[in-house]
Amino acid sequence: MRGFIPRNQLQLLISALSAAGYRCIGPQLQDGAIQYLELTDASQFPQGVTEQQSPGSYRISQSDSPRQFAWATGPQALKPYLFAADESLWQVQCDPQGDLHFNAATHVYKPLAVIGVRACDLAALRLQDAHFLREDQTDKAYAARRQDLFLVAVNCTHPAATCFCTSTGDGPNATPETENGDLVLDELDDGFIVQSLSSRGEKIAAGLPLTESTTAQHSSAEQQFKAACVAQTRGLPARDLRPLLNARLQHTRWQDIAQRCLSCGNCTSVCPTCFCYSEQDMPALDGAMSTHVRAWDSCFTQAHSYIHGITIRADTALRYRQWLTHKLAAWHDQYGRSGCVGCGRCISWCPVGIDITEEVAALAAAAQ
Amino acid sequence: MNMSMQHTPVTAEVTRRTKETPSVFTLGLRLCDPELHRAYCFTPGQFNMLYLYGVGEIPISIVSDPDSNDELEHTIRVVGRVTRGFDALKVGDRIGLRGPFGRGWPLNEMRGKDVLLLTGGLGCAPLVSVINYIAERRAEFGRVAILQGVKHMDDLIWRERYAIWDALPDTQVLLAADVAGARWSWHVGLVTELIDQIAFDLTDTRVLLCGPEAMMLASVRKLCASGVAENHIWISMERNMQCALGQCGHCQFGAQFVCKNGPVFCYPQIREHLGVKGY
Repeated sequence: MRGFIPRNQLQLLISALSAAGYRCIGPQLQDGAIQYLELTDASQFPQGVTEQQSPGSYRISQSDSPRQFAWATGPQALKPYLFAADESLWQVQCDPQGDLHFNAATHVYKPLAVIGVRACDLAALRLQDAHFLREDQTDKAYAARRQDLFLVAVNCTHPAATCFCTSTGDGPNATPETENGDLVLDELDDGFIVQSLSSRGEKIAAGLPLTESTTAQHSSAEQQFKAACVAQTRGLPARDLRPLLNARLQHTRWQDIAQRCLSCGNCTSVCPTCFCYSEQDMPALDGAMSTHVRAWDSCFTQAHSYIHGITIRADTALRYRQWLTHKLAAWHDQYGRSGCVGCGRCISWCPVGIDITEEVAALAAAAQ
Repeated sequence: MNMSMQHTPVTAEVTRRTKETPSVFTLGLRLCDPELHRAYCFTPGQFNMLYLYGVGEIPISIVSDPDSNDELEHTIRVVGRVTRGFDALKVGDRIGLRGPFGRGWPLNEMRGKDVLLLTGGLGCAPLVSVINYIAERRAEFGRVAILQGVKHMDDLIWRERYAIWDALPDTQVLLAADVAGARWSWHVGLVTELIDQIAFDLTDTRVLLCGPEAMMLASVRKLCASGVAENHIWISMERNMQCALGQCGHCQFGAQFVCKNGPVFCYPQIREHLGVKGY
C-alpha cells in the first residue's frame, strides 16, 4: 500500500499506533541533540531542526523549514530500546541458613513503535538481531523487547558530512528488501509518501486518510534520494576488508592512532552494532539478597581483556585494532557481513575526531 | 543440557575442598536438586560458571570424570576476589553454578589413536581432566605421551599423579623445568624440547595442548615439522568470560567466541590469531 498524507495529519499516525497498543518513540530535540524519546504529539518532532557534523563535532541549528526529519543520525537511536544500557539478569536470595535461591529476571514490556528510524539503524538492528537472536542462543530480554517492535522508517534526505551509508550499502533509503521495517516515509515539504513494508504496516496504513501519491511527488522523493547519495563524500574502500586488515595487524598506523585515541569508549557507546556487555553483582546492604546485572561494556577498557592477572590488550593501539578489526573483518566470519553500517556516529562523537574511514584509508594506502 | 541452567545459576553444595598447593585447591560440588545433579552431563574440557554469593561468577574447567555421578570437581588457583572467596568455603557451604559450557576435547577423534598431551604452566586443569579420562579407559586409546613443562620445578603439582600415569601401559611421561635443582631428575629446559623424546611416530597422533600461548605456538610449529597434521591438533584457550553464551563479547579471539566455539579449538580454526599479541 502506498499513498500521501499531508504534514498536518501526521498526528493520525501517532494516534493509530497508540490505539493499536504501542508506546510511541520518536526523534526530538533535547539537550542539544536529536534523541529518540517517548512522544504523543506530532508537534514534538524537531521541525526546522538540522545539524552539522564533522569529526569530533555535532552542532544543532534551526531554520524556518517545515520539515521535521531534515537531519542525520543523533548519538543514539534503536540500540538502547532493545539492548538496554543496564538491566538485571537474575536475583539471588540468601536465607539465614546460607542457602541460595535464584530467580531469573522477568521481561514484560509494552510494545514499542519507533517513528523516524533511518536505514542505517535498520541495518544495525539486523546485525543486533543476528547476535542476540541466534538460533542456538536467544537473549531473553532483547527478544522480549524486539518481539512487537513496530518500525516507521523515514528515508534520509540530509546525510551529515560524517555519513557513509551508501558506501556500506545500508542507506540512505529503507527498502522493502531489508525486511525489518513496517512503514517507510518519504518526507516532502508538504507531507509524506507512506508505503507499507509489512502486513502490520499495511493495517496501520489502512487506517490513515491516504490520498493517491502523484508522479511529481515520487519524482521529488527520487531526486532527494539521489542527492542524499551524492552528498556523501566519505566511504570505505571495500565491503569486505578482511584481507586488507589481516595483512596489516603489525602496521605502525595502529601506534599512530594510539597517540590520538583516548581509549574513552565513546565510539563503542554510540555504535549501533557494538554488543559487548559486562556482568556484575550488586549485593543489597543487608546481605540478604544480591542482583546480578549487566551493562554496556567497551573493548577500550582495561578490564575488557583481563584474565587471571593478565591484560591481553594493555595499550590503546591493541584496543583500537581489536575494535576496528572486529567491526570490519571478524564480523564477516561471525555474521556474514561487516559490522559497520556507515552511520558515522563514531566519527562525530569521538572527542578527538578520529575518523574510521580516514584510518582505514591510511592503512589501505600503506604497504603491508 | 537443561537450558534454564545456562542463564540462571542453580544452587550447588560444597562436598569437599582439597588443598593442592598453597595457592591451588580443588572444590567438589553437588547440585542441591538431586534430579539436576543426576541429569547433569559434560565432556572433559568443558567449563562451568561458578558463582560466589554477592561477589560474582568465574569460568572454571570441570576436572572430574564425566561418567561418575559423584561430585563435580573444579581445580582453582587463587588470583582474584571470587577465587579467594572460594578458597575460604567449607563443606556444606552453598554457591551458584551454571553450565556446562563450550566445546570439550574431541574424544571420538582420539579413540583408537595415539595421543600426545602437552601442557605448560601450573597444573593445567583442562588437560588433567582428559588425562584422567584416558587413564580410566586406557584400552580405548593407542600409545600415550604426557609432556608437562613448568618454569620452576617447585611449580609442578600432582607429582604423584605423574608417577601413576607413567606406570600405565604404553604411556610415556616426560617433564621439563626451566629452572631446576638437585631433586629434579627430568629434563631442564623447554617442554617443546621433549617432543624429540616421544617413543612413537607422530604422523597419525592426535595432539591436545593447553598452557601459555607462546608455548603452544612453538609446540604447533615443532609438531607440524615432525609430521603431525594441523587438523589433528586441539588447543584449549582462555579469555575473559562473563556470559558463557557467546554474547557479552569479552572472549572474542578473532571471529571466535572462546566460550561458545571453544574453549577447545582445532588448530586451523585459530591459526590466524594464535600468538598475535593483543588477540
